[in-house]
Amino acid sequence: MSERVINILLVGVGGQGILLASEILSETFMLAGYDVKKSEIHGMSQRGGSVVSHVRYGREVFSPLVPEGEGDILFGFELMETYRYLPLLKKGGSVVVNDLEIAPSSVLMGKEAYPQGLAEKIRAQFPDFLLVDGQGLAREAGNLRAANTVLLGAVSRRLDIAGEYWLQALEKMVPAKALDVNRKAFQLGREL
Amino acid sequence: MREILSGNEAIARGAYEAGVKVASAYPGTPSTEILENIIQYKEIDSSWAPNEKVALEVGIGASFAGARALVAMKHVGVNVAADPLFTLSYTGVKGGLVLVTADDPEMHSSQNEQDNRNYAKFAKVPMLEPADSQECKEFTRLGLELSEEYDTPVFLRTTTRISHSKSVVQLAEPVTGLPVPALVKNAAKQVMLPSNARVRHPLVEDRMLRLAEAANSMAINRLELRDTRVGIITSGVCYHYVREVFPDVSTLKLGLVHPLPMDLIRRFAAAVDRLFIVEELDPFFEEQIKAQGIAVSGKDFISLCGELTPERILTAFAGQGIIPESTTVQAATLTQVAQESLPGRPPNMCPGCPHRGVFYVLNRLKAYVTGDIGCYTLGFLPPLSAMETCVCMGASIGNASGVVKAVSEEERKKVVAVIGDSTFCHTGINGLMDMVYNKVPATVVILDNRITAMTGRQDNPASGHTLSNEATYRVDLAELCRVLGVQHVRVVNPFDLEETEKALREEMERPETSVIITDKPCVLVKRTGVFLRGPLYAVDPEKCTGCRACLKIGCPAIQWLPDEGVRGLSYIDPTLCTGCDVCRQLCKFSAIGRAK
Repeated sequence: MSERVINILLVGVGGQGILLASEILSETFMLAGYDVKKSEIHGMSQRGGSVVSHVRYGREVFSPLVPEGEGDILFGFELMETYRYLPLLKKGGSVVVNDLEIAPSSVLMGKEAYPQGLAEKIRAQFPDFLLVDGQGLAREAGNLRAANTVLLGAVSRRLDIAGEYWLQALEKMVPAKALDVNRKAFQLGREL
Repeated sequence: MREILSGNEAIARGAYEAGVKVASAYPGTPSTEILENIIQYKEIDSSWAPNEKVALEVGIGASFAGARALVAMKHVGVNVAADPLFTLSYTGVKGGLVLVTADDPEMHSSQNEQDNRNYAKFAKVPMLEPADSQECKEFTRLGLELSEEYDTPVFLRTTTRISHSKSVVQLAEPVTGLPVPALVKNAAKQVMLPSNARVRHPLVEDRMLRLAEAANSMAINRLELRDTRVGIITSGVCYHYVREVFPDVSTLKLGLVHPLPMDLIRRFAAAVDRLFIVEELDPFFEEQIKAQGIAVSGKDFISLCGELTPERILTAFAGQGIIPESTTVQAATLTQVAQESLPGRPPNMCPGCPHRGVFYVLNRLKAYVTGDIGCYTLGFLPPLSAMETCVCMGASIGNASGVVKAVSEEERKKVVAVIGDSTFCHTGINGLMDMVYNKVPATVVILDNRITAMTGRQDNPASGHTLSNEATYRVDLAELCRVLGVQHVRVVNPFDLEETEKALREEMERPETSVIITDKPCVLVKRTGVFLRGPLYAVDPEKCTGCRACLKIGCPAIQWLPDEGVRGLSYIDPTLCTGCDVCRQLCKFSAIGRAK
């Protein structure tokens, strides 16, 4: 069992299902016998704003917030938000990001442009970078809405937690009728 | 059994395990989920009150009848509940009463970041402050026990990082054998006539002295000696931040933050070489401890503003050259990642939000809008940009009256108060009563979307349902305004821009109090049959001239494609469009129509 506290940050846009994904992560770590803390902001941020959720696990976790620059994994649901939160990541940290762009209001209104080439810019600073076709693989698993589970699978590969705990957490947190699709989506992500 | 619970979920669980019978609250971030979780325990009568004052009064009644009660609110809610609170301090309780105040340092979702620890001192009420979810659960129960033991209400103070952080909690079985509530007459203790209150006040002072003494040996005030060169007094989530960044320093973790255990603090001060205090917002501990002649510092280098974080604490100590020698963390390790500026991502009203068209029209009419607390406060943001004030719950109507009284007859016509259904029921009604009673010629728009939307769609007296989703009487807002004396009340469809504009123009022109009620529901209302999705709309690229008129409502479903067509085209995202029809009315070229 790892003695060190592992720090994961989930970032994206309000409404993308980030909170559920962070709950599945936390549940997995608890099942694996670790102390777990997670933190995020609800309220205003739900209305399409930028969202960041902190999840930490280890033998004993103090702060629910990941100290800046100490993130082990940045788990991105959207490209620009992933880029925005790079300073939270430690040097040599991993980035797993969904290949998805969601335009903020200033871009929708044509007042600003969505920044280009973000994936390359992230990869240049963090070589352990995985760009995931979340939607494509979710469709392959049988439901577009399982994109987050694909990403979860991809993240799981970077953590030293046995596969059984991931599946147990999925069983607990995902509605029974969606379980098969989510198991498949998780596997597709884990194989990346 | 172990579960991962948020602070709010753990407080709800704690209430259940401690045998709470009655719970009441008004929703407010970050406190809302407490009642939303308590509702799962059928043993507890839990309800939404129209405001925090009523919620506390319900709790007081239950306590007087001998039941354990829990009342929850956000920090500013305690301002509303302060009137009963200060006298409850004198009456004391019968059944234990815990008042949860969920503070919001950093103002993640609030209009100010007042430090409600000051209320504990001001109202002479003890206050507990948990540092994680396990403590949220335990302190809820402890608070109820202390409440009964010391005949006092007890504050349970959380902050956003406690309310909304999740951590592992060990569950327990509920207590049994609590006294059965019943009517017991005890008027001298509960009727606060001056003669009775004068008897109660010395008892309040005595109780706080006894608590201060007992605090020195309470297990929740935890002295942890490690390296004794540096000692830090702290509480709540800051305790964990301190342990994170300075794992080897000695700490005094306060679980009871009012009254303070001064003997214990003196012992700690004597055991360490240098003493610091790490507390968010006000120097609440620091001032009291300094007043005892104990040498300590904190707020001379830690900000009074905003929440603390591990790196803010580290940076504050490093900036003073006083990083404790024994720390294992170095401020220099904070990495710097190369970054350019990115477009911001502010929150926005949802696609299909019934508020959007109203603010578009108010902007067009150059109205001076006094605003209020709710999703519609987002009407301040561009491109709608139609709000000039937002002070507190219910303030819009009183603010409008004051503005009208101050300005010229011509300018008065521009003044419009905008308030939601839940906020109107909360504290807007008195403002309207004043406006019509004092014949103020302003216009009030009640944005009735049938839900308390901003906090995550909670029911309220105008929604027709209770916290337990049971159908109930629904306040008829139009009739209510009429019985208050408003002679001009009209109901409009806010998706019909022409009708909305006509109503606003006419009522703004009228030299009398008038009320316009919009009657379309929030898109987030889950109850079937309330919000109905319309047919999808699409932009015909042949007809779109790229005039950008449809972008002026800031709908997240409409995107400007600068590289399409001759000078760019608008595009409607079919996965986001709800068919509200507002954008179609803005297009002079009939380019927006039902999707084929």
